[in-house]
Amino acid sequence: MYKVIIIDDEPLARSIVKEYLQKHPDLELVQECGDGFDGVKAIQQHKPDLIFLDIQMPKINGFEMLELIDDPPAVIFTTAFDEYAIKAFEAHAIDYLLKPFNQERFDKAITKWKEQQAGPGKETTRDLLETASLSPAQSQRVVIKDGSKIKIIPAHEILYLEAADDYVKVHTKDGYFLKNKTMNHFEQVLDANQFVRSHRSYIINISQITRIDPYEKDNHVAVLKSGAKVPISRGGYGRVKSVLGL
Amino acid sequence: MSKSPLSSTRVRIFFGIVWLAILGDHTALMIWYGFSFEIALIDASVSTLHLLLASLLLINTLRFYLPQRERFIHLFAWCVFLTAIIILLTKWELTHLLIHNDHYDDFFYKSIIIRISLYFLFIGCIALMSVIWYNRLDQDERDKRKQDLEKMAKDAELFKLRQQLQPHFLFNSLNSINALIGVRPGEARKMVQQLSDFLRGTLKKEEHQWVSLKEELQYLELYLDIEKVRFGNRLSTIVTADESTEKLRLPALLLQPVVENAIKFGLYDTTGETVISITVKNIEDKLVVEVKNPFDPETATRQQGTGFGLKSVQRRLYLLFARNDLLKTTAKENIFTTTVIIPQHV
Repeated sequence: MYKVIIIDDEPLARSIVKEYLQKHPDLELVQECGDGFDGVKAIQQHKPDLIFLDIQMPKINGFEMLELIDDPPAVIFTTAFDEYAIKAFEAHAIDYLLKPFNQERFDKAITKWKEQQAGPGKETTRDLLETASLSPAQSQRVVIKDGSKIKIIPAHEILYLEAADDYVKVHTKDGYFLKNKTMNHFEQVLDANQFVRSHRSYIINISQITRIDPYEKDNHVAVLKSGAKVPISRGGYGRVKSVLGL
Repeated sequence: MSKSPLSSTRVRIFFGIVWLAILGDHTALMIWYGFSFEIALIDASVSTLHLLLASLLLINTLRFYLPQRERFIHLFAWCVFLTAIIILLTKWELTHLLIHNDHYDDFFYKSIIIRISLYFLFIGCIALMSVIWYNRLDQDERDKRKQDLEKMAKDAELFKLRQQLQPHFLFNSLNSINALIGVRPGEARKMVQQLSDFLRGTLKKEEHQWVSLKEELQYLELYLDIEKVRFGNRLSTIVTADESTEKLRLPALLLQPVVENAIKFGLYDTTGETVISITVKNIEDKLVVEVKNPFDPETATRQQGTGFGLKSVQRRLYLLFARNDLLKTTAKENIFTTTVIIPQHV
């Protein structure tokens, strides 16, 4: 028996997946969720083998929800029309169902998933997320799991980012939050006119800078509105200056 | 506000040369009449300076107030007034303050008619040239607007076709119908009908066509009904229209993107129930439509609320009425309000 969860904000969209699932007695629907928050909880609770996931949902979209899960299950996306998502799907070998879809297409996706289960499947979810998170909607905010709570941080509220081992510390006026991503990821995803890699381990939101002071030989330090000081390396100084238009 | 002709370097240089020429000519003429170089220069400088100030005043006034075709009498009056002022000023300054010489006073009185004529002629010329300059700028701007409009129309054609079909909305609606066919076929049939009526309405209407408020609201109702089937209990709407709005009209398909934006914003920025309220009022013979949706001020990613759909509405209003203040958005607590004002005359 495989455990399945459906996550979609439209009740009728969930009901059609439920209907198609009836043909597959080896798949047990354990829960239906109307948004990503419920989705995260349900996935943690049930540890499903497969989820059906919509992209456009309230508050956090499907990709953002997946980012919050440490060990994401296999995903079959169900979506109507989303250029960025479709690009992301096509680049990687996970199946997706374009609404409306029929029973045959649905069965085919299930078969494909079962075949993939035999081989290495997990990597593709990670690759997919890397591609998908380049979509514009994502560059304007960062979604973070803070204990049991989910926090959405609009990009303009980020003061700066700091590398910390396998994580990145996202500093805001309310303290910092950890996100399991790389500095390179953030450098790519965030708006380059707003966020600058000032140092190997730091990315600054330039609208937060009040002044830049020299610091030791060849180095500088940016003083932020909050009073925090962020190191700027020699290479970083050039980048900061060019974004500031100096 | 138009650009002053003096903002162009070439005009400025030409302007400067003309003034130097006038100054030189005036001085030379006075010397020829037998005055000393000093008196000649004082007279020439004072007169030229006043004329220059009057010209600058005129150029700048016309920058803000350009007379319409039938109001050229105002311009004429201005020129007479300016001429009178500078004549009085130069007379007082030259004969009382600067030069105490009977021979000169006598000369000033004799030459006053020539001075008046020349000043008036000169100021008139400046006025005429400024009017031509500003009219040309105005015309350029109008041409540019027209060109923009045509280009926009072309660019928009393809985009519009796709937008009209609203793929996201269409496919999701079809998906809902697909689900209903299995469980509630009657409702599926009803939704097919609504969707068809909605699409027909979209395709039939021309953007430049004006429709009655009643017609537009019926069309909106159709759209809202479909969205309600999709989102179930999460979405509810309140539509209220004053009786005095019945006769008012508006450009076709103007409100649907506003409401669509409100629904998306409301449904995707909150997780609870979403109430969209649409209020239509008649304020000073203008149609005022307010669309409210809930949102979460902490996480709203929409930049200052002007979402993509609203931008096109704003653009359309600008092209129709040449005004940028007809679409307003305000966010108060957790309610986002979009206000559209539609004047009843283009």
